[in-house]
Amino acid sequence: MSAPKVGNPLSGKLDAELTPLLTVSAVSKAFGGLQALSDISLQVHAGEIFGLIGPNGAGKTTLFNALTGLYSIDRGEIRLNDARLDGRPPHQVLHAGLARTFQNIRLFAEMTALENVLVGRHARTTSGVIGAVLRLPGTRREEADSCERAHALLRRVGIAQHADRLAKNLPYGDQRRLEIARALATEPSLLALDEPAAGMNKGERAALRELLLQLQADGLTLLLIEHDVKLVMGLCTRLAVLDYGVKIAEGTPDVVSCDPKVIAAYLGDEAL
Amino acid sequence: MSSVPSLNKTQPRWLVFALLALGLALLPFLVDAGLGRSWVRLLDLALLYVMLALGLNIVVGYAGLLDLGYVAFYALGAYVYAWLASPHFGLHLPFWAILPLGAALAGLFGVLLGTPTLRLRGDYLAIVTLGFGEIVRIFMNNLNAPVNITNGPQGINLIDPVRLGSFSLSQPHTLFGFTFTGIHLTYYLFLLLTLAVIFISMRLENSRIGRAWVAIREDEIAAAATGINTRNLKLLAFAMGATFGGLAGGLFASFQGFISPESFNLMESIMILCMIVLGGMGHIPGVIFGALLLTLLPEALRYTGDLQRNLLGQIYVDPADLRMLLFGVALVVVMLYRPAGLIPSARRRQEFADAKG
Repeated sequence: MSAPKVGNPLSGKLDAELTPLLTVSAVSKAFGGLQALSDISLQVHAGEIFGLIGPNGAGKTTLFNALTGLYSIDRGEIRLNDARLDGRPPHQVLHAGLARTFQNIRLFAEMTALENVLVGRHARTTSGVIGAVLRLPGTRREEADSCERAHALLRRVGIAQHADRLAKNLPYGDQRRLEIARALATEPSLLALDEPAAGMNKGERAALRELLLQLQADGLTLLLIEHDVKLVMGLCTRLAVLDYGVKIAEGTPDVVSCDPKVIAAYLGDEAL
Repeated sequence: MSSVPSLNKTQPRWLVFALLALGLALLPFLVDAGLGRSWVRLLDLALLYVMLALGLNIVVGYAGLLDLGYVAFYALGAYVYAWLASPHFGLHLPFWAILPLGAALAGLFGVLLGTPTLRLRGDYLAIVTLGFGEIVRIFMNNLNAPVNITNGPQGINLIDPVRLGSFSLSQPHTLFGFTFTGIHLTYYLFLLLTLAVIFISMRLENSRIGRAWVAIREDEIAAAATGINTRNLKLLAFAMGATFGGLAGGLFASFQGFISPESFNLMESIMILCMIVLGGMGHIPGVIFGALLLTLLPEALRYTGDLQRNLLGQIYVDPADLRMLLFGVALVVVMLYRPAGLIPSARRRQEFADAKG
């Protein structure tokens, strides 16, 4: 991981100095006759918070699903650092270092908050059936380490008091936090968040914003789908705007928000 | 307030364990004295079903894969034992070699039968596994020609009992002034293996593997996106469940001395599933209770025949009919009033309570 600076680690850097973490090159995906993604290319640099915005149905979540291996892509290439991600199943994408959360929270409802985070450790641990049955020293060490990390992550996202409650019984905002904790447990280099602020109230949004900034300060790169324009504009280093599966703009929040194509996509052509 | 007791809470409860061990050791003698020899036999059978139910519990209860063909693995374990320890092929290998072999082979078949079903879930998985179960039974029924492998519907007879050197479980032995009959000794063997299966289930439940299974049951897509290789873990669940099934099958063959395809029909699969559902899916004490209940209760109902004759002068309801009737009523009542099972796990109890409240 690089760029572990506090504040905005990217301000003042020239484009050439930035290390691309995620490279999406000309990715296309069609569902039957519907072209959900057409030739999407973008680069997410290490240490930044990259926003993905666009009207409903623009293809944001489709792109997320393509990135994380839930959908196969028709054309194009996805790279994380030097590893090809396209064509690989979701668990391998995660192993490569790309973790995600879901728009409609997908926790393991009947497991406790702690267990949810422990499942996140699965990818970074190795003990198998024999180790579990015989409680071999290696397994015990691994379990203890996982538990410790899981508790630390729950504290970090601020829901340590809920460790032993079932995920489904947590308040809505805390469920979103738990999903982030679970994703963090997989030790990602890039964390993709699909509308993390959806359904949150003002206070919860402010807290989420704090959390995301902290994660960035710790060196994590974030890819963010969000509808809350205020949140996106204040948080993201750069943005890409999708409309009908096409990338119509990319750049810093100031530039993007003045782009006539973006305004047209959001407000309709008549607004111009 | 909802909170699940934290995991891995091990308190030294040696006294309870010691009493439990003593009780389990004396149980066959108490049952023999109180209820008669046939009930000791039934106790042996009940332990077999505990093993089967715990095996299926891994597939259905933990990983959430509705498998209606589980009996196929039971059959496979039984036939492997019969082939290698009966006059049918003239082979008489020792049980300690065949039992693990049968279990391992059943486990391998678990993977083989599991592979094509990986993309299926819910009802579709149930239908396909049901088909597999029937296919295995029909194979066993028909593989007597042109080469006689299974002896068809007649089944395989004169299967060797469990024997270690000259010590056979089919003959009574006297030890410390106690006479242990074959079914008593069988009880101890089955008890030992049942405890091993319980132990393995418990250890797996609270492990990285067990958590991954439950995660797949809860949300397969989220599990995959959290780094779980869902294909491998589902196959592992199938294999583990099938291994326990194969083990129980081998024991069944040695215990009965005779097996035929009839013993491995769909009803058997459904009964094992009912044990899990009735007792409490995914919860080891519940599953054990369900298995014991559904093996022992139907036998107890046989007495209603005598009861009717004594009280009413003649038999109005055939005990066999009464069994199915009560069984049906019991299932409906449990599903209505205790949908999480008779002894549900803390988390499922909580879930259903939340759904109501």
